[in-house]
Amino acid sequence: MYVAVKGGEKAIDNAHAWLAEERRGDTSIAELSVPQIREQLALAVNRVMAEGSLYDPDLAALAIKQSRGDLIEAIFLIRAYRTTLPRFGGSCPVDTEQMICDRRVSATFKDAPGGQVLGPTFDYTHRLLDFKLAADGEVPQAPTATTAQPDTPHIMSFLDRENLIQTEPEGPETPPDLTRSPLELPATRALRLQALTRGDEGFILGMAYSTQRGYARNHAFVAELRIGAVSVEMDIPELGFAIDIGEVTLTECETVNQFQGSKTEPPQFTRGYGLVFGMTERKAISMALVDRALRWKELGEDNVGAPAQDEEFVLYHADNIQATGFLEHIKLPHYVDFQSELELIRRLRREAMGEQEAAE
Amino acid sequence: MEEMNDPNAARKAWMSLLAKSDAVTLVQLWGEIRIAPEFSYLRAPEIGGVMVRGRAGAVGSAFNLGEMTVTRCSVKLISGVVGHAYVQGRDKEQARIAALVDALMQTKEAAVVQAAVIDPLTDIRRSSQVSRAAKAAATKVDFFTMVRGED
Repeated sequence: MYVAVKGGEKAIDNAHAWLAEERRGDTSIAELSVPQIREQLALAVNRVMAEGSLYDPDLAALAIKQSRGDLIEAIFLIRAYRTTLPRFGGSCPVDTEQMICDRRVSATFKDAPGGQVLGPTFDYTHRLLDFKLAADGEVPQAPTATTAQPDTPHIMSFLDRENLIQTEPEGPETPPDLTRSPLELPATRALRLQALTRGDEGFILGMAYSTQRGYARNHAFVAELRIGAVSVEMDIPELGFAIDIGEVTLTECETVNQFQGSKTEPPQFTRGYGLVFGMTERKAISMALVDRALRWKELGEDNVGAPAQDEEFVLYHADNIQATGFLEHIKLPHYVDFQSELELIRRLRREAMGEQEAAE
Repeated sequence: MEEMNDPNAARKAWMSLLAKSDAVTLVQLWGEIRIAPEFSYLRAPEIGGVMVRGRAGAVGSAFNLGEMTVTRCSVKLISGVVGHAYVQGRDKEQARIAALVDALMQTKEAAVVQAAVIDPLTDIRRSSQVSRAAKAAATKVDFFTMVRGED
């Protein structure tokens, strides 16, 4: 049992004052502004929004500044802020088919209708440090091309027409929400997807990688990866109709996976799905692989005992705020706790030694 | 497209545009039209969250993706016309102006407000979309499958 301590107020205040000073660093170097973080560390901002589970680039940038770049601390700040917001409602499910794509690639169809666009990607860079960035450099203008904006239907829909892909079951329009009621197992796919999209990128990546290395291997191909802006629509009760209440950048990954068929399903392709706030493709691909691995039961596959198939293991350990909260609390004063442990060990030793002496 | 016969289509369009507008730009455009309608708040600007939803596999059952910040406001003009606003982010001034614009767009001032606020916002939005689309188009890629030597 944890017994609270008191005292140390002065030291705590002073520690926080020093933290503020260290946060600022050398004052002869210009201070970072929140818009600078938002614009120039956009992928960090995206990660904080995704795992903080709140889309607001300015707040995420502020949290990164306040946390000195510790992204899990920043996510913690966003989660805490989020709980103070009154909930106006839930949006209509976003229509990602209408996404205005900055990036859209397919690893399965080279002639994807609507075309493949690479967008602003790190792919095909040589991963060499660019020392020009260390100096104040002019930014080269990105080349442009004129084009009629083509429709970009989901590539998966072409497989769907041939019945080669498993169809996605319908569900309730108001999905369960793990921010409102505790996660209970077995979880529906809706709950799993919510837990995965806000889960720790490193953890989800590791789980996804384990499936690729053979722990519940499911042979994923990226049928489509798209990044772009999507309008968010919500029914407004006082109006009696729906309006767009904003626009979010999302990354969506659909995987197509081999499936030999099972007792209940014919041979067909199956699917994994990733959808994440911001430009977050490593996370979205990882999410799709883990989503697919967790679907073994509904697809009638064998549970091979792989970690990525174990929803209790995955869902209860994916949240980095829960994890860090429990992990880091052990550094806080546990004096009473430890005192009782100390006494127990002393008593056991006394008894053990007493028995030894008696035996001799 | 499906809103061809929707009587609310026009209002839905301007409210959606206002929701996605840049706060600084909206405040600036509003400052230039010099209409200062008398109004009362039905709901003073209020910051909150909306749970954004997606669909499993883009087509299946709905799931909760995460929240976004939204500011809402409702106003009533002296004439009794009511304006509502839901705008993305946490800018109360943007929400107040958006609600006033929504109200005025239902009055005889509509043409003035359309020209001074809605049209410029539409143009800004379109040109930013065109500029991004042009950059995306320049990265359009055609992959060729190479013949493999060993087969």
